[in-house]
Amino acid sequence: MNVKNLIDEFSLEVLCCGELAEEKQITGGYCGDLLSWVMSKAKEGDCWLTVMGNVNSVGVAVLADVACILLTENAVFDDDALTRAKQNGVIVLRSKESAFDLGAKIAKLI
Amino acid sequence: MSEAIKLHYDVDGRDFTRAGEASGKIKKTLKDIGFPPEIIRNTAIAVYEAEINLVIHAGGGEIDVEIAPDYVEVVLTDHGPGIENVELAMQEGYSTAPDQVRALGFGAGMGLPNIKKYTDEMKIDTVLGKGTVMTLKIYVK
Repeated sequence: MNVKNLIDEFSLEVLCCGELAEEKQITGGYCGDLLSWVMSKAKEGDCWLTVMGNVNSVGVAVLADVACILLTENAVFDDDALTRAKQNGVIVLRSKESAFDLGAKIAKLI
Repeated sequence: MSEAIKLHYDVDGRDFTRAGEASGKIKKTLKDIGFPPEIIRNTAIAVYEAEINLVIHAGGGEIDVEIAPDYVEVVLTDHGPGIENVELAMQEGYSTAPDQVRALGFGAGMGLPNIKKYTDEMKIDTVLGKGTVMTLKIYVK
């Protein structure tokens, strides 16, 4: 499944770099808000579900090579983070659902 | 690549929004050289954790990198307060990070354990009140 499929399936809001969605493949998923934990455990190609929408989460997404950041429960994505995400080509999506609910649904599709 | 490449970065201790810049640049350099993806990822994660530590705990510092065909060595130097109990700091979950840092998603007590996990050698020289020098080495197998 690519990120575009994910966006369409769950009618996700696209906050950054939607133009890259078709080429980015999702091979797994990870839920977490503690950045060191995420860096250590998330795998390349994961769809990362989090409420952490700051510049450091973009940094972690780049380092861990996740497929996208998926902000859950309509979490805020700040301006500094958006600037950094644009610079680094990080796809950022948003949903009103919780990580638990959304994660369970996504897991069935991967 | 016959000779080692040397890189130097200054890390601003006041600017949390720029933390991660040095590790990002190191990652890009390793990618451009054509290092194996696992080495790149491990190095980037270890340096990012260490860079964040410089910002959170030490008021900034310096990062020196040496990239050779068979290894990457990273030396992080700061003039911060030093680490009171290195053994304790190495334990997963132990953290002295202030609340405002935790609110940003850091301070999980995973920084030093992550650095150890992603490097082949990790050496900490710390003096209370003077600062810390951390030397990391990752070998290309």
